[in-house]
Amino acid sequence: MIKILKYTCFDMLRSWWSYAYFLFYFVTSATLLNFSADASRAITSLMNIIITLCPLISTLLVVMYYYSSREFIELLLAQPLKRSSLLKGQFIGLAGSLSLSFTFGLLIPFLIFGLLSSENIINLSTLIGIGVLLTFIFSALGYLVALHHENKIKGFGTAIFIWLFMAVIYDGLFLFTLVLFNDYPTDKIALGLSFLNPIDLARIIMMLKLDISALMGYTGALFNSFFGSNTGLIISVAASIIWVIFPTHLFLRKAARKDF
Amino acid sequence: MIRALTIWLMISVAPAFVKAGDTLRVGASSHFKSIKAGLLQAEKGDVLLIEKGFYAEGTILIDKSITIAGVGRPVIDGENKHEILQITADSVLITGLQIQNVGVSYTKDFAGITGEKVSHCVIDDNILLNTFFGIYLKKAKNCRITNNKIVGQAAKEISSGNAIHLWYCKNIEVLNNKVNKHRDGIYLEFVDSTLISHNLSEHNLRYGLHFMFSNHDNYIGNTFRNNGAGVAVMFSKQIQMIDNNFLNNWGAASYGLLLKEIYDGKIEGNTFSMNTIGMYGESATRISIAHNDFKQNGWAVKFLGSSMDNEFTYNNFIGNTFDLTTDSGRNNNRYIHNYWSKYTGYDLDKDGYGDVPYRPMKLFSYIINKSGSSIILLRSFFMDLINFAEKVTPVFTPATLVDNSPLMKPYHD
Repeated sequence: MIKILKYTCFDMLRSWWSYAYFLFYFVTSATLLNFSADASRAITSLMNIIITLCPLISTLLVVMYYYSSREFIELLLAQPLKRSSLLKGQFIGLAGSLSLSFTFGLLIPFLIFGLLSSENIINLSTLIGIGVLLTFIFSALGYLVALHHENKIKGFGTAIFIWLFMAVIYDGLFLFTLVLFNDYPTDKIALGLSFLNPIDLARIIMMLKLDISALMGYTGALFNSFFGSNTGLIISVAASIIWVIFPTHLFLRKAARKDF
Repeated sequence: MIRALTIWLMISVAPAFVKAGDTLRVGASSHFKSIKAGLLQAEKGDVLLIEKGFYAEGTILIDKSITIAGVGRPVIDGENKHEILQITADSVLITGLQIQNVGVSYTKDFAGITGEKVSHCVIDDNILLNTFFGIYLKKAKNCRITNNKIVGQAAKEISSGNAIHLWYCKNIEVLNNKVNKHRDGIYLEFVDSTLISHNLSEHNLRYGLHFMFSNHDNYIGNTFRNNGAGVAVMFSKQIQMIDNNFLNNWGAASYGLLLKEIYDGKIEGNTFSMNTIGMYGESATRISIAHNDFKQNGWAVKFLGSSMDNEFTYNNFIGNTFDLTTDSGRNNNRYIHNYWSKYTGYDLDKDGYGDVPYRPMKLFSYIINKSGSSIILLRSFFMDLINFAEKVTPVFTPATLVDNSPLMKPYHD
């Protein structure tokens, strides 16, 4: 598994993807830090970019990588090698190298601008944390989609739809539900529904770290206790880790049963 | 030396109509060993000088028009049982004392200094510590409360009092006081023609300043910060609120300034910064709101539909999560020439005012009013999308809630 991981990483490093990805984050965060008056604003803007872009790039890249290395995978599967360790290696290699480009792309501008007050460090590490989590979650979902569809077009279509659904459509349905059941207490539903979407979850984790979270407590006692305490943070982080484990487990099971 | 000189000055400049009287000294090494003994001998116009020391004499009744001055800040202690100074005579001056440990009562309003039906009293430069109520004036007139520092230990609303409490008073001046850790910092009920100026009110459980049924009052240049629910002005007319700072009233149900049933006031030159809701209005009517700064609040302004005929001009709205929200489908207030940091219009004729109207109310604010828990979607991509759609063609937000000529740059005096 380690060997596969290493080769996938090298493969990624040789392609221009990692560099483009790194460069994108580098330029974006450097620009934002340069032009916005205080770092916390830049962090909020970066959050918005990260929670939409990380999922998109990781799903698409994984699907693409899987389809293009399809023959190579088949070749390796003919060797005395466990299926799960092959796919795990590839998965971690891909998600890991994406996470690395992303982390450095974010970290270096902060170091250059010397924004290293303790508050900034906490916010930045939360930002990197949710980015890495999202990358892993959506890479796993990408594998799930790619393993499911032999047809490339269908695969890409499904991948894009999953991203679109999580990033936009889900929130629309979410809001619709809340407005529809307006006459009932909806704060439990609201919290529950946001745990079912990793993008919402990532947004909430970031908000918990920014002092804007107090604003959310204004509308109800449940939100107040959730957003005003560390319990909220622990629960959301735990939920997003489950979000990594669950799709990973699913695609590995899928691979184990698949007839290549 | 300087202190002695100030006291001398204060005494000599004390209410002019008081005839120059004798000076009685109270202290361990003086003629009078206790304050009560000194008071017994004092006559109208006398000065009672209390020397440095510790005095615990229960409730001290001041029923003569005299001056009580502390030398070297003597401590008068209520042993957590009593109210301490009780003034019932006119023209009393109290200065330079440290008054501490007022008793807590659930049936009586014990205070560090109480004045009842008095006029022309001056309470200046005292320190009040661990007070239930700090300074309490009932039916008083023409009094001055200046330069005092009042620190309580309020833990619960029910078992705490107010730092400065005025009830049925007229012509009172409350200047340069520091009040904290009480229920309300400064509380006024049925108080008319009063000036509250340059006070600092912080860390109070409920409101920094609380007005009820009080008319024709001014409050100017005060700072209210980190109070439980900001400042409340209720059921009052003709209140002028000028150059105050409302800061850091952050958290669930916290306001910078809460207006309820207010008529014909003026709110000018204030700074509202880092409050959950900067200014909240319920039945606030005919108020001129001008030249204020609203910075980084959750909601800068929340005016319910019952607030009418208010005018917002030349205010700066900078970096608020929501600039404005209302629960009504109609708009009965006027917004013109304000600066909105979220404004994206242009100014082709270069007159300093944007050519495109600005709509300060977002669709998201409307949705939050309908369904509170939808705030969980704050800063999501979807919300940005529908806000944009609403901005282009307003359907849900009041069509006339618009600043037709917003400032391009923040307003400066």
